[in-house]
Amino acid sequence: MPVQYRGILEEHHAVREALGVFDISHMGQFLVQGDAAREWLDGLLTNNLARLGAGECQYTFLLNEGGGVIDDLIVYRIGEAKWLLVVNAAKIEEDFAWLQRHLPAAAGEIACVNESAEHAGFAVQGPRAAQLFDAFFEGRYSRPARNEILRIEIDGLPFHIARTGYTGEDGFEVFCPAERAVKSWQDILARGAEFGIQPCGLGARDTLRLEMCYPLNGSDLGTDTSPLEAGLSIFVDLQKGEFIGKSALLEQKQHGVKRRLVPFKMTGASPPPRPHYAIYKAGDKITEATSGTLSPTLKTGIGMAYVPAAMARIGEEFEMEIRGARYPIRIEKKPLHHPKQANAAVAQTAGL
Amino acid sequence: MNVPDDLLYAASHEWLRADGTVGISDHAQHELTDVVYVELPKAGTEVQAGEQICVVESVKAASDIYSPVTGRVVTVNEALTTNPALLNTDPYGEGWIFKLELAAEAGTANLKSPEDYRAQIAGL
Repeated sequence: MPVQYRGILEEHHAVREALGVFDISHMGQFLVQGDAAREWLDGLLTNNLARLGAGECQYTFLLNEGGGVIDDLIVYRIGEAKWLLVVNAAKIEEDFAWLQRHLPAAAGEIACVNESAEHAGFAVQGPRAAQLFDAFFEGRYSRPARNEILRIEIDGLPFHIARTGYTGEDGFEVFCPAERAVKSWQDILARGAEFGIQPCGLGARDTLRLEMCYPLNGSDLGTDTSPLEAGLSIFVDLQKGEFIGKSALLEQKQHGVKRRLVPFKMTGASPPPRPHYAIYKAGDKITEATSGTLSPTLKTGIGMAYVPAAMARIGEEFEMEIRGARYPIRIEKKPLHHPKQANAAVAQTAGL
Repeated sequence: MNVPDDLLYAASHEWLRADGTVGISDHAQHELTDVVYVELPKAGTEVQAGEQICVVESVKAASDIYSPVTGRVVTVNEALTTNPALLNTDPYGEGWIFKLELAAEAGTANLKSPEDYRAQIAGL
């Protein structure tokens, strides 16, 4: 995916107001099958797979023993005993090696295959996504509900279409065989033209997700941060059985986390905040931004940072250092932007 | 990309007009993407050719702007403070950044002709 096609601002507004499509073919796909697969995955992932019916999905974390985030991912139950894991591109090898290493000795009944190279993917996002779906399939299929996945065939090829995304808007993520990538991309753009579709790049993907306070692994999440510190405990089921990282999280919960990931806004005129800019409180450097950008929707600088738990209150003020000058920032409630459409319930489930 | 014939160019993508006006090239504004913030230099600043003098920020990143020649800043384009997008929409006109009074040894001879600059960006 390029940084931009016609411009980050134009692409961002297209997704917020009409429709955009992102090429997410770089993301990884693992297929896990077998009667024992659910139990095995539930021992590796934080959310509870027992809650998923066939055709449903959930956001979840793969943790190390210390409760740190190796990756955040979506697990789709695409059959009774068949699971599709969609993981971050930069983590494909590491995640897959981790899964392989933790396969049970008698792994005969569990097949775990890295199919990343065989799949292309497209995220069609925006308030007009449902209209495009209906126009595209001319009523042959009903739209999957939020966090559901539909499997269909087009010209004899398997397509998975999920009602998921990373923008806060309504939308679909489509996975198809890699050899069909170019045609699918062209078909989506052609059919989406009447709905104002724009091809969108990584730049808009970052501004859109940050307005929603969705974390980016490697920036806002990492092996030295836990989902509890990141404020994502609703995707962690501490009531279910054992999983890797659980004991560390239980200890954090018992003693209270020392820091929390919070969203902030610049409160006055300033240059845009960027990752790693230093944040000060009462003259002392206390942390740095993990993410930062100019919000095209809010027209102000926004970002996220880990701050000491005692300071993690909405309205708390800090200063950010940018090229030697200090600018005021303030902790805000997440998300920083509320999508317009009624469908915003959506944002809460995938909602991070 | 538009490369006007009446300007000289730095390899770092700034342009210089005969009257000392400095801006960034059409190619540069396109690479930067949407400009959302310009940190202007202060009038009176003495600057060497090739020295970092101000910062232009797009949604994507902050980029340093270098003075193409040696001189003293005499005026800056305050319009960019409220409308930084002028750098994208009119990089050779209303999107100018500052104006220099050139030093005696300004280093103008080290700048590229429009032909040489076109060749540089064609090779990218």
